[in-house]
Amino acid sequence: MTSAAMKLEQKRGLLLGPKGWTAVAIALGVICVLLPLLNKAGYFSDYAVQLTGKILCYAICALAMDLIWGYTGILSLGHGLFFALGGYGMGMYLMRQIGRDGNYQSDLPDFMVFLNWKQLPWTWALSDSFAAQMALVVLVPGLLALVFGWFAFRSRIKGVYFSIITQAMTFAAMLLFFRNETGFGGNNGFTDFKRILGMPLATPGMRITLFVITGCTLVGFYLLARWIVNSKFGRVLQAVRDAETRVMFTGYNPLAYKLAIWVLSAVMCAIAGALYVPQVGIINPSEMSPAASIEIAIWAAVGGRATLIGPIIGAFFVNGAKSWFTVAFPEFWLYFLGGLFIAVTLFLPQGIVGLFKRVSEKRA
Amino acid sequence: MCLSGLWKSCVKATLHRLTVGLLLTLLMGVFGQQALALTPEQAGRIAAGDSDERVKALNESVAQGDVALTPFVQAMLDEQVKTAGGKAFIVKDGAAVEAATGQKAALPADAEDVVNNNRMRRELEAAMAVLKLVSPDRAVRAAAIAELKDDVDEGKLPLIDKAAQAETDPALKAKLVLLRAAVLISSSDAAKRIEAAKALSGSSSPATRSLLLDKLGSEADPNVKAAIQGAIDSVQGQLAWGERLGVLFTGASLGSILLLVALGLAITYGLMGVINMAHGELMMIGAYATYVVQNLFKHYLPGAFDAYIVVAIPVAFLTSALVGAALERTVIRWLYGRPLETLLATWGISLVLMQGVRSLFGAQNVGVENASWMSGGIQVLPNLVLPYNRLAILVFAALVLAGMALLIGKTRLGLFVRGVTQNRRMAACVGVNTARIDMLAFSLGAGIAGLAGCALSQVGNVGPDLGQGYIVDSFMVVVLGGVGQLAGTVLAALGLGLMNKLLEGLAGAVLAKIMVLVFIVVFIQKRPQGLFAVKGRSAEA
Repeated sequence: MTSAAMKLEQKRGLLLGPKGWTAVAIALGVICVLLPLLNKAGYFSDYAVQLTGKILCYAICALAMDLIWGYTGILSLGHGLFFALGGYGMGMYLMRQIGRDGNYQSDLPDFMVFLNWKQLPWTWALSDSFAAQMALVVLVPGLLALVFGWFAFRSRIKGVYFSIITQAMTFAAMLLFFRNETGFGGNNGFTDFKRILGMPLATPGMRITLFVITGCTLVGFYLLARWIVNSKFGRVLQAVRDAETRVMFTGYNPLAYKLAIWVLSAVMCAIAGALYVPQVGIINPSEMSPAASIEIAIWAAVGGRATLIGPIIGAFFVNGAKSWFTVAFPEFWLYFLGGLFIAVTLFLPQGIVGLFKRVSEKRA
Repeated sequence: MCLSGLWKSCVKATLHRLTVGLLLTLLMGVFGQQALALTPEQAGRIAAGDSDERVKALNESVAQGDVALTPFVQAMLDEQVKTAGGKAFIVKDGAAVEAATGQKAALPADAEDVVNNNRMRRELEAAMAVLKLVSPDRAVRAAAIAELKDDVDEGKLPLIDKAAQAETDPALKAKLVLLRAAVLISSSDAAKRIEAAKALSGSSSPATRSLLLDKLGSEADPNVKAAIQGAIDSVQGQLAWGERLGVLFTGASLGSILLLVALGLAITYGLMGVINMAHGELMMIGAYATYVVQNLFKHYLPGAFDAYIVVAIPVAFLTSALVGAALERTVIRWLYGRPLETLLATWGISLVLMQGVRSLFGAQNVGVENASWMSGGIQVLPNLVLPYNRLAILVFAALVLAGMALLIGKTRLGLFVRGVTQNRRMAACVGVNTARIDMLAFSLGAGIAGLAGCALSQVGNVGPDLGQGYIVDSFMVVVLGGVGQLAGTVLAALGLGLMNKLLEGLAGAVLAKIMVLVFIVVFIQKRPQGLFAVKGRSAEA
């Protein structure tokens, strides 16, 4: 730990070393220039754009998970909820953008016509305005995280207790969203989107635009996370992770620190959800299932906790494997995923990044 | 839902058997006795002609209240009646008798089968029931009243009156009066309707309530309306008890299931501190073990099918315990003291187990049948039936709890488990093989999960994701009850079960679940250690 602390000391002031900035520049170049050009030339198919865009959203979730779990030691099993809430926020706007092009040619979304509702419920009051709805994407999950976190951290619920309680919260929300009466499309959720900001969604240009936005968001969040963990605030978080009681004895109140990173992490997930929905074209309550939230944790664990870059690698590795397995050997996917959970916890506590580190240290 | 259907059809079958047997005795009595009041002409009118005419003739004959009609109506229902020239004949085993007189007769060559349409069948069945009201056998009369309760009309009134006068049994008499009132409430005379409403207020059956509510809607006369409203309030009051007890029972039943699920966790999580997300899958394995045992009995010992559950219980326990022991040896023992890693690894295990079961048994739910002594239930109140399988699970949960309390509290193994939990190193110093105890304790917890699965297979679906639905609830029970506390686990399980069902009545299933979860989050604010906290000064566990 001491050598890590020294490295941390060196890095302060400069966010990244020259190598790091080069890597960020290359990543931005690939996302914003190279891949769109390849797509135009036909070497990077529309399907690949959609798949990669989806995984980029997952990578944002994994990054958010790393902040709260890797750096603060709090394992949240509720991040799927924040992701879905962000997605639903975007989905509501997209539903309203369908206008009268739905199956029933009504002003209301199809599922409301189907339920014989005559007007929009109050929850949809802002759904016509893109700006207001995007504010909700951030505010609703943020407020939920704030209230929930305040109650949980105040009574010093931690460790597995916190994990289980967050899982229960997600589970309850899933049940709520499954109901038609809740007003969010029941178990079908939202789908059949037509356009965003008046522009059609199902064009190659729109797909690549959303992809570029998602990629830039990921890079931006990565830099933000890097800045946070290198700041004094971030070091308090790591101290909370390693010895919370000692942090309290030295005069810090961990509540505010934990709450701040918890809310930030939730909001990051929500934004990922909002970017996910227009690319995938559907959002339904299954995103809130306990399994979905635990999978976010495994992305972070596979890549390597408390490394920031690791969870992004993990998200790509696991989801890449998923899209390959579910096509090639669908019945073996769960064996693989389950085996991954076990293998990573038993043999690779530092994840893929740790593996590379170990190999390079041995060579040196 | 499907249980109540089963129950109903079961009751119907017994009733049917009863009535047929009794009818035969009745027939003997009738044939030996007096001249029959049913005229050949009447019998002919009932048997043939236009439906309306036939119903009219039938009701007229029923109104005369003659027992002699019984064999004829029964024969009509059994489609053993033929008509020729305005006369009806009962044809049984090739021999024909004239329906009205009961005398042997030669069947005319042009005799035609009597065809009953659905309406006619309904009328005949109702007539049959009314006729049974005057049967000499008390059980037949009671059954007839029960059958008529939901389906009578004014045409049957004279016979009901007659039966009420002749009735000697006070309980049946009261029921007949109610029945009469149920008919009268549809009468065209307002005074009669008021009288009927008053009589009905003494009833305590859900059918009476729905009848009254129905009539309240269509009633125009304000006086009658008030009388009906009063009757509804009174019936409501009597029904409320059954409903309250019903909620209490379903709550206790859910509590007992939660208790079974949580007892295993109380060992693995409560005593050993291992978060086992695969607990639900161990239950699923127990349920599938029950399914396999059931199938073996079906194929090789169909005669002893009712006893399969006796074999299934130990098999379910052992299967899950073995899987648990294997898990502990290969995965969990490397993760002691790292709860978050344990959580993820056991989640992985649960995925593998689920997929494994899917590969072996298919993704569809499999059917586990109740033993015959477990189907049906006790009718406590008119609107309260306690199903036997739920009762059996209540008893089973209590037995498992007692067994576990004895095992942990009184045996050497229990002593070791407690010792290792309290101070692992000290236990090792005095010669306890801690690794072995860990394995045994974990497989005990897993085995109890298997028992829970065996119990669940008797009340719900058995499928690969059986365990998923219970995992959140069961962890809530352990968290609420407090770690390491059996008493807390019991109270929390029953409390959560009851609370769930009570709130379900008020707010619906989903909102109830959400309210319970909110309650737990708030509760933990006040008592972070659960209901029964271990007293001590340690700042941190």
